[in-house]
Amino acid sequence: MELKTKIDAKDGEQDLIITREFDLPLELLFKAYVEAEIVEQWMGTKVLKLESKKHGSYQFETTDPKGNKHGFNGVIHEFSPNLKITRTFEMENTPFGVQLEFYEFEKLTDDTSKLTMHVIYESVAMRDQVMQLPFAKGINMAHNRMQEILNQLK
Amino acid sequence: MMNLRRDVFQAIADPTRRAILLLVATQAMKAGSIASNFDTARPTVSKHLQILTECELLEQKQNGREIYYNINAKKMKEVADFIEPFRQMWDDRFNKLESVMKNYKPKA
Repeated sequence: MELKTKIDAKDGEQDLIITREFDLPLELLFKAYVEAEIVEQWMGTKVLKLESKKHGSYQFETTDPKGNKHGFNGVIHEFSPNLKITRTFEMENTPFGVQLEFYEFEKLTDDTSKLTMHVIYESVAMRDQVMQLPFAKGINMAHNRMQEILNQLK
Repeated sequence: MMNLRRDVFQAIADPTRRAILLLVATQAMKAGSIASNFDTARPTVSKHLQILTECELLEQKQNGREIYYNINAKKMKEVADFIEPFRQMWDDRFNKLESVMKNYKPKA
């Protein structure tokens, strides 16, 4: 099945652009980023704090299958309802640094909307490392199997 | 290049093809021995082998009259480095968002 998410990450650049069209009205798409209990549902994370406003900050915490807790946090710089969120994002206790994220929300039709995420990393190397995380962590089954294959090649 | 890589990921999206890669990862095998590991009809397995060979995940080696299939380690590593798992992760996450919001009922 064709993925609806597109990622534009040019070689040698320190940013990337993620775009996705949703079968959701703009207001619902935006709400998914604003209300703590909704964020918890789709991100699969615990929301310790989410102040959806300029100068606000947020703190998330996930628990992995081994019971280890992982913290995420950031600060909100711009909060324009149904239009734009600018924030920082940091995975705590990792070498990946802080990233700057611009979320742009767009109405396509009454029932569809589009999200454009522009993410800027501290360096090209950090961007590339973050992009490889899902593989390293084997988030998706298909790629877990691939990892097994690769392990056998070592 | 983008297209070629996308094809590779379509190739590994299929569970039988992933199973074939796992089998062949440890040793070069003939088509017949590969097929004997599956309940699937032999022509179907041949088709899978053909797809894997076309996207260079498998290599064919002639040994006398026999053709052996080998995994192409270089290509497999190239796949591993690529962005697709990242895209898959975001797509899964956004699919979840979409389904959560489709069921969303505003509080009274």
